[in-house]
Order: sequence, then C-alpha cells, then structure tokens
Amino acid sequence: MTQLHIQHGRIIDPANKIDRVGDIYIVDGKIAALFEPPENFQADTVIDATGKVVCAGFIDLSTRLRDMGHSRKGTFKSETRAAASAGITTLCLQPDTRPAMDAASIAEYIKDLAEKANYPQIYPIAALTQKLDGVELSSMLSLKQAGCIAVSNANEPVKNLLILRRAMEYAASHDLLYICRPNDFSLSNKETIALAECLELAELTGCRVHFGQLSCKRSVIKIHQAKKYGLNVSADVAIHQLHLTENDIIPFDSAYHVLPPLRTEADKKHLRQGLANGTINSICSDHQPHDLDAKLGAFPETESGVSSLETLLPLMLKLVAKRVISLEQGIAALTHQPAQILRLPSGALTVGFSADVCIFDPELTWQINNDTWQSRGINTPFWGQTMTGRVTHTLQAGKIIFSLNN
Amino acid sequence: MTHNIQLNSEGKLKHFLTIDGFDRALLTEILDTAASFVNPRDGQIKKVPLLRGKTIVNLFFENSTRTRTTFELAAKRLSADVLNMNITTSSTAKGESLLDTIRNLEAMFVDMFVVRHGISGAAHFIAQQTAPHISVINAGDGQHAHPTQAMLDMFTIRQLRPDFSKLRVAIIGDILHSRVARSEIHALNILGVAEVRVIAPKTLLPAKVETLGVTVSHNLIEGLQDIDVIIMLRLQKERMTSALLPGESEYFKCFGLTEEKLKIAKPDAIVMHPGPINRGVEIDSKVADGKQSVILQQVSNGIAVRMAIMAMAMQHNGVMA
Repeated sequence: MTQLHIQHGRIIDPANKIDRVGDIYIVDGKIAALFEPPENFQADTVIDATGKVVCAGFIDLSTRLRDMGHSRKGTFKSETRAAASAGITTLCLQPDTRPAMDAASIAEYIKDLAEKANYPQIYPIAALTQKLDGVELSSMLSLKQAGCIAVSNANEPVKNLLILRRAMEYAASHDLLYICRPNDFSLSNKETIALAECLELAELTGCRVHFGQLSCKRSVIKIHQAKKYGLNVSADVAIHQLHLTENDIIPFDSAYHVLPPLRTEADKKHLRQGLANGTINSICSDHQPHDLDAKLGAFPETESGVSSLETLLPLMLKLVAKRVISLEQGIAALTHQPAQILRLPSGALTVGFSADVCIFDPELTWQINNDTWQSRGINTPFWGQTMTGRVTHTLQAGKIIFSLNN
Repeated sequence: MTHNIQLNSEGKLKHFLTIDGFDRALLTEILDTAASFVNPRDGQIKKVPLLRGKTIVNLFFENSTRTRTTFELAAKRLSADVLNMNITTSSTAKGESLLDTIRNLEAMFVDMFVVRHGISGAAHFIAQQTAPHISVINAGDGQHAHPTQAMLDMFTIRQLRPDFSKLRVAIIGDILHSRVARSEIHALNILGVAEVRVIAPKTLLPAKVETLGVTVSHNLIEGLQDIDVIIMLRLQKERMTSALLPGESEYFKCFGLTEEKLKIAKPDAIVMHPGPINRGVEIDSKVADGKQSVILQQVSNGIAVRMAIMAMAMQHNGVMA
C-alpha cells in the first residue's frame, strides 16, 4: 500500500465543481479522498502544494512522439519526459506515424514503446484508411482491440466522400470516435468546406465526430450551429491558434510554419470566443517536434508543426490572464473535456479515479531555453520568451513522473 | 513586422527581397540613383568602377533570359566580376541542399547573391542564413515577389509620367500567380499613385485582393476607363488545363489588349509588359509593337535600375564605407 498526501493546494476540479484549498489523499494509485483523510491513512510521501494549483493531469488529444522512422525528431523517451514536465498524463497519438497506424501490430508496438518510456498512458489513434491514403478502410476493430482510442486520417483528407461515408459508418458500427481534422488541400488548406461535408456525414451515418485543431471563424460558427441542432460533435483547438495570427509571422520564419496555417485576427477572436462559450470543448498541444534540418529551408519547403507540449499550460494561463476564459474553464479544457470526448474515466479528481494529478505554480516565471526545455524539438516561435506558470509535480496513476528541481 | 532584414542597423538597404516594408524615400533614392547612371543625351549607360573587385553570383534556380542578362550587364557596368550559375542543371540535381550550395559559394569569397528560385521565400532564407557581409537580391521567388522588375517598371513610368500622384494604373491578367503583380502593387501604392486597378476574372485573382490596396474589375472595357498606365501580365498556357480559364481565344476576347480596347484608356496611356509576351493571347501584336508600347524601354531600364539596387546594397553593407 503506497500512500501519498498532497497538502494545502488550491484544488480545482471542474468536473466535480471544486475550487478550494485543501488536501488530496492517494492510495495505491487512486484518488482515495479529498479534504479529509481516509481511515488508517499513513502517508509514505507528502507533497506540499502551498500556493499552487492542484488539478487532474492534462489529456492531450493530438501529439506526435516521433520515434520509429522519425527518431531524429524525437523519441518516446524525450517526448514523454517533456509531456510529464508539462503536467500531461494522457497522450493521444496521431496516426501519421511512420509507418502509419493502420495495423494492430503497430499499435501494439506503440504500447511497448510507451511501457519502455515508463509512460504507459499513450493512446494511439488508428488510421481511418490504410496508409492514410483515403482509399481502403483500415482494420478498425482490430486496431480498437489493440488499444486504439479513436480513428482519424490525421492531416490527410479523404477526398472521395463515398469512402468517407463508409469509413464513418464502419467506425460507428464499432462505436469508434472519428477525429476529423478538416482539410482540403485542393482548396489550399481550406477547412470549412471539408468541415461542412463531415457534419452532413455525421448526421447521415450517426458516427460520433470530434473536430481537431480548428483554425477558422466559420468553423466555429458551423460547430455552434451543429451543436444547437443537436448533433453529437465536439471540437478542439491547438493552443498556438489562440495566440498567433498571420500578423505575428516573422517573414518566412519556418518556426511559424504550421498546419492549418496561422490565420487572421478575426479567426483568432472567434476561436477564443468559441472556447469561452463552450463551442470548442478542449485545447490540445498539436505537438510536432522536428529536427533542425526539417525547419531549415525556404518556408514552403520546411515541415509544418510546433513543438508545443511545454508551452501548453503557460499559454493557457495567458488566456486566463487576458480574461478570455476563467482558470476553471482552462483546466476543464485540458482535463475533463478531453476525457469526456474520449469517454475515459479520468480528467477529474473523483474518488476512485486513477490518480493522474498535475500541480503547478501559476506565478512561477521561466524562460524557454536549452536548460528548461525537454523536448528534442526546439521548433517553437516562443523560443527565448519568458512564460508564467510552471508545473512542479506530475503524477500518473499515483506515481510521481515529474518533479521540478529534481 | 518585427524587423526588416532588408535594412542594416542604420536603416540603409542591405538586401533587396521584397518591396513590402520599404518607404517612399528609399524607392525614390533607387530611382534617382538609377537615373544617375543613364546619360541624358543618348540614354547609354556608362561603365563605373563602383563595385570593382567584388564578386556577384547570379544564382538562378529557374530559367530566365531577360532578368539574368540584365543583371549580368548591370554587374559588368559596375565593374564587378560575375559568375552565372544555372542550378537546375547543377549540384542540386545531385541532392545538395540549398543551404550547402550557398555555403560552398560563400567559401569562394563572393559578395552578393542574385537569386531566382521557384519557391516563395527562398531569397529570404538565403539572406537569413548567409554570412553578414553578403547582400542578397531577389530576382524572383515563387509567387511571392519580383522587386527589381517592379522598380524598373516604376522607373519607366516615372520617365514618361513624372508625377505618380495623378496616375491610375491598371494591371491586367494573371494576378494570382504573378510575383511581378504583387511587387508592383506594393511599389505603386508606396509611391502614392491615385489608383491601382486589377482587371482579371475571379479565377486569376487572389482571395481578398482588395486588402493589397487595389480596386477590382472583372471587365476590361469598364476597367480601362481613365487609365494612364496599362501593365499587361503574361498568361501561362498551363492555366488553361487547370480549370482557371476555358481557353486562349475566350481569354483574348475578354482580356486581350487590342487597338480598339486601348482607345478606352486615356489617349496617351502607355502599355507595359514584363515579358515574355504571348502575342495574340494577352496582347495583340499591333499594340505590343505600337506607339504607346514601352515594353522594350522597360528592358533597357532594367540595367540602370539593377545597377542602382546592387550598388546601394553593397554600399551600405560596410563593404564600401
């Protein structure tokens, strides 16, 4: 029996409508009690959380950990260490791994890599179509049985709507969530038309759909209408889209090369409003670490994506500081909301739940540099900047997987 | 924009990558400097020793005749040594990266790169990465910019119509794919013309083109009213096969400049074209070779304007203090 005591923290748990200072008691990797100790509690370890916020560990709906064919960019070891230092306790892995996540053996291999990195809570997202080519359906049921939590075609559009319809019907038959990153390359990364098509198909097929990494004003409007109409859909936004627009791009600086691209002030404003009013359910990192060579070239020839696990919390807190959202909303968007989308019994400090906990100091400032940064990818437009808010402890199933100054 | 890499710490020209971000004073200085190279009596350009001992590399990753040769002539008139590199048939074919090509040339003690590349931002990338004493001139990058072409067009316009503030300028044709059009729109607006009007079907215009500071017309006959300067753009044949246009003959009928349509513009309107021209597609031969055409004057002016830009960039780079 291991027993862990977190003292005097400001416990914020939006799922259970808790926001007050107190203690958490963890027994055998599970939340045993809040505020009052359970019977016969004898702490092996005590964490003093005075002045800090204690909440559920963050759940990231979109990450790339690289490895396999991409270990120059990052490894499960380097990237899960970065995730732990960022308070993230559950990661969903996009299916555009190399090779693509279209076979149960690959999903099993991912689970092995996760165990070896001592970070078991990695959920692969299965490829919707084989090799993500949008032509043949993947073996979704086998992939689900091998541990995949949802299906997606990542950034690759399924061009043929009949194939998309069948893929969604098949996913719905196995009660699989379809995560759609709406994108139409033929319309130069237009997302709203692809999103509108997918909404139609969601109604037609009854498939549960989650829209990932929205970037457009009209996407937010369409999701709002669909939810009002009663469709079972949800949405997330990548954290950088809530802060950066095309106006922030230093001309041809590849650190700003992301997909979907940075858009206008009006788009950013609507994304922020959508998050505040619940149209957008959650925030993801959309973490994509790169090696230096991948970002060294003329802008359109470089690879897209930002290394973003470690800026997730401070950039969320920046939205709170700017009064875009409340702290409770921000934490919900990183914990309870993604847990609901994935139907996972986590993202909350409910008694009996696995003790995935993040403790952070909301006032602590730190600079992004080689000493503080954990990810192998240093491709962030925020490099060198000072951030406010830092994780001090991360617990995954009651085990301390990160502690600052350690 | 946080910082303009085109200027040195004193705000003087160092690289010439895009018109966007320059002010009227600097563009005017370029035009004045170019004018100083031209003999007012016969229009000839004298050889000057401004860049003696300097090495300029013409780094062309895309084919070009006019631009490359006028850059070469300009460099020679400035007494520089010129190296022409046609990279499409060179080391990149062996898999060498752009950056490695640049590093190797730097090791040969060059002073300036003149770059043409099919990818937008290539010249910026080279300017960011290259050694601090080297200047980079953009001779056309992807669909982004072709700033020296825009400046030689401004020079040509000023020779004939010295007061920009009174001019209405029409740019006609494939604005969407044209780096020339983008640079010209910026230059015309910075120099303060009365109006820049783009005339094209919607398929050949970028979305929200108005935000560049232009008025829009989809009809040549309406669009040519009151126009002082007409800039025709080349229409590439592959636009027909990508569903942007139904065909050449319909395009010529709607947007081709004929003598008859030219009469709609102001009677003394000038006709320009960055070349190469497609006779009978965007422009009728009678107009291209007619009295109002200044197409070949543009070519001649390319030498003086490119001399001015090269000399100014090198001068302010600490090389010729």
